[in-house]
Amino acid sequence: MGLDYENDGALHAKLIEDVLSQYPDKAAKRRKKHLSVATSKDETGGEDKGLSECDVKSNIKSIPGVMTIRGCAYAGSKGVVWGPVKDMVHISHGPVGCGQYSWSQRRNYYVGTTGIDTFVTMQFTSDFQEKDIVFGGDKKLEKIIDEIEDLFPLSGGISVQSECPIGLIGDDIEAVSRKKAKEHEKTIVPVRCEGFRGVSQSLGHHIANDAIRDWVFDKDDVAFESGPYDVNVVGDYNIGGDAWASRILLEEIGLRVVGNWSGDATLAEIERAPKAKLNLIHCYRSMNYICRHMEEKYGIAWMEYNFFGPSQIEASLRNIAKHFGPEIEEKTEKVIAKYRPLVDAVIAKYQPRLEGRTVMLYVGGLRPRHVITAYEDLGMVIVGTGYEFAHNDDYQRTGHYVKNGTLVYDDVTGYELEKFIEGIRPDLVGSGIKEKYPVQKMGIPFRQMHSWDYSGPYHGYDGFAIFARDMDLAINNPVWGLYRAPWKKTKDVQLRAVAAE
Amino acid sequence: MPQSAEKVLDHAPLFREPEYRQMLAEKKLNFECPHPDQIVSDQRELTKTWEYREKNLAREALVINPAKACQPLGAVFAAAGFERTMSFVHGSQGCVAYYRSHLSRHFKEPSSAVSSSMTEDAAVFGGLKNMVDGLANTYKLYDPKMIAVSTTCMAEVIGDDLRSFIENAKNEGSVPCDFDVPFAHTPAFVGSHVDGYDGMVKGVLEHFWKGSERSQAAGTINIIPGFDGFCVGNNRELKRLLDLMGVTYTVIQDASDQFDTPSDGEYRMYDGGTKIEDVKGALNAEATLSLQHYNTRKTLEYCNEVGQATASFHYPLGVQATDEFLMKISAISGQEIPETIRMERGRLVDAMADSQSWLHGKKYAIYGDPDFVYGMARFVMETGGEPTHCLATNGTSAWEAQMKELLASSSFGQDAQIWAGKDLWAMRSLLFTEPVDLLIGNSYGKYLERDTGTPLIRLMFPIFDRHHHHRFPLMGYQGGLRVLTTILDKIFDKLDRETSETGVTDYSYDLTR
Repeated sequence: MGLDYENDGALHAKLIEDVLSQYPDKAAKRRKKHLSVATSKDETGGEDKGLSECDVKSNIKSIPGVMTIRGCAYAGSKGVVWGPVKDMVHISHGPVGCGQYSWSQRRNYYVGTTGIDTFVTMQFTSDFQEKDIVFGGDKKLEKIIDEIEDLFPLSGGISVQSECPIGLIGDDIEAVSRKKAKEHEKTIVPVRCEGFRGVSQSLGHHIANDAIRDWVFDKDDVAFESGPYDVNVVGDYNIGGDAWASRILLEEIGLRVVGNWSGDATLAEIERAPKAKLNLIHCYRSMNYICRHMEEKYGIAWMEYNFFGPSQIEASLRNIAKHFGPEIEEKTEKVIAKYRPLVDAVIAKYQPRLEGRTVMLYVGGLRPRHVITAYEDLGMVIVGTGYEFAHNDDYQRTGHYVKNGTLVYDDVTGYELEKFIEGIRPDLVGSGIKEKYPVQKMGIPFRQMHSWDYSGPYHGYDGFAIFARDMDLAINNPVWGLYRAPWKKTKDVQLRAVAAE
Repeated sequence: MPQSAEKVLDHAPLFREPEYRQMLAEKKLNFECPHPDQIVSDQRELTKTWEYREKNLAREALVINPAKACQPLGAVFAAAGFERTMSFVHGSQGCVAYYRSHLSRHFKEPSSAVSSSMTEDAAVFGGLKNMVDGLANTYKLYDPKMIAVSTTCMAEVIGDDLRSFIENAKNEGSVPCDFDVPFAHTPAFVGSHVDGYDGMVKGVLEHFWKGSERSQAAGTINIIPGFDGFCVGNNRELKRLLDLMGVTYTVIQDASDQFDTPSDGEYRMYDGGTKIEDVKGALNAEATLSLQHYNTRKTLEYCNEVGQATASFHYPLGVQATDEFLMKISAISGQEIPETIRMERGRLVDAMADSQSWLHGKKYAIYGDPDFVYGMARFVMETGGEPTHCLATNGTSAWEAQMKELLASSSFGQDAQIWAGKDLWAMRSLLFTEPVDLLIGNSYGKYLERDTGTPLIRLMFPIFDRHHHHRFPLMGYQGGLRVLTTILDKIFDKLDRETSETGVTDYSYDLTR
């Protein structure tokens, strides 16, 4: 799978050395562990030939003052896991800011009547004031829940997303939730995702998963007739419609998606999950916890899959089909064959425009590895990649994707990323909104790989066509050729003239 | 199969294709356990009623879709208006990621700030170590001329003291002892972003002015713009006017270049901003003027304390507010308002006269920061419009009183209502029960536009879903022209849309309006 190439490991090692030399000693020592150059396992004596080793430390506290790109546990819970559950009201519990900045920013698509039976693109906040800090916010929370019941009677439930002060002032949101859930006969989920917990978004995911386990599962009798091909899609947040472009394929191969977590999900889809036959997990980092729990408690197997780009889609579909046997496998081959002409046409159109172009990635906990093959399907080359909040098991998995010599950076700092990009000058950078504009100022094409830069979906075959189009329009836009004023003779600015072709 | 390589469909058209429509309909029916359609539509209708409005406005605890942000955002914006200044926000790190994203999404520009990345252990032991290490790292990596420290609510709740922490950090050699590290405590649970702005600007001024001898330079003026998403266009326009008048002035906190750097291959982490030397010199100004009173209450108090004359405006827009502003400048500086500016004024008035028939009697709902709402309501009334609903989530009772006075001053304000402290879900009820012709606000207003059908005009931070508007001024007579044109475009576009059905409204679809 993928292309065969090697990256310039010597250059990358030098870049690491250069950036480390600029830190105070203490910080340099700490940052050193997070930066490395991927090496082939056969060189290091490993057995899996062709795999690389991404030997970096991860999931460790960020260093103060270095401009980490990471977010917090609240972002991981409200922003990622819970926020997309569409028929629930999610209270950003604490001061106004957290809910305000995360309001409608993750593009978790859904269908529903917003404000009536669906609430994803709304910002519910307890808007803490000084008196709430001093006297506690539990009384206020009770009143908020009552007001929600009064104004939004069709909501399916409520979650309480804790912001920093909650855990510091000793509020008992669990007690309030229990009391009010009983009173209103509704699911109310307290989530202890205060932003200071853990080192990144990641602990927020974990806490959010645990809240599903503790406050949703086995609370109500779920009447549902299970079938032999029932699956849950877990860890697809339907960004730009990703989950829909995936669901259409799973249904085509004969599976029944009985729950989608958590993009476009209703609470019912979460409650029902233990009745499925298999959990298909897309974002391993943010939702592996609950899959492991369901395996232990309900005996539901789980399987990772990757729907970015045709190579991975085909492999994943076949892998999923194998779990269900010949009937599904046969259908799967038909589906793969059906989409083959689309794949061929997309590659025929875009590969000549993208072949050999180099890409650097820096995203969250999954995409820094998952999208690699999609680029390679288009003939593009990944020269560097890294995660905001991955753990060791993610870097192990990354070894299956990256080539020898690839620059690997964990919890990269603004300074490092800028210097790496300057030193490598890739043809494209894929990262987030905070990185977009600095990179574009340098004259380097950029795509946001959290929000799909307001495009998408990128999952599935339908999504691959959009992905290819978007990478082409980013790289081959004429604007990159206009950066230098023609009368300016000095070459103080290093610029590529890509676009004019 | 809806997708093809020839014509790639992204989300907007793709999910309208029959395959996806069917899939989503079946998902809803079989797996979502939805409420019956009738119940949903009944509830939707109920939310349009006076009965719902009364419950909605009677809320005491729950806030839904507020039009305000928290203090540190204002502090980070404020710091961006000073030369080579890095914002350092002491507390949890996720907050900083949010401020940077928020500002970048509006300005379509880089936004730099660092965090002291406090976690559980710092919650227990305090964040001093984070401050000591953090300042050292920031100083070394990002080569700032100044580091402006503010706080997240975490640091405020545990009670970290910035003054002593910074002193400690200096003693430990994090930054040189004479390096400038102004600071402001910016608790997110007090006030809003406009107060964070106030605190940080005051923090900077105090840092440079305290202990210095003031020798008044007659006729010189400081201008503080306040938190302004249109700072790029507005500050440049103001400076052009002041230069035309020949005034000696300092814009204190000028982020117009920082949030509008050119693309020429070089990434400028820092650009423009008020020079540190100029901040020091500004102590000697005769007067300090604030363009947004509610953004600068503490700052102006301090300016008063050091002996400066002060005056404040409410986001001066349109004819009379600009007149007053320029006359004030003229009075302090002793410089005449030149004929060229009078010509500009005349051109704005000319445009308003040309279009008055389309504007007279139009009803508006206006929301946003307190000063903006004041300035906008005033301009609307100059055009013969009626500001029916004026809402500021971060508006105080003092603001409410000032609004009352303003609205009472014109017959066009007689039916106006002022909504201090209310949010945009309240506005939704207001628009359903007492509808208006136009809604003026920011991007969040698009949900109100969708629900109530009130056309939205985006003139206030943040604007995420339209590009580059902030690069053009709203202030000054030139800015007035732009506001006027933006309103008129909205009116004409709507009229055209409503009369464009051939065979039904061939009339009224006029070529000349």
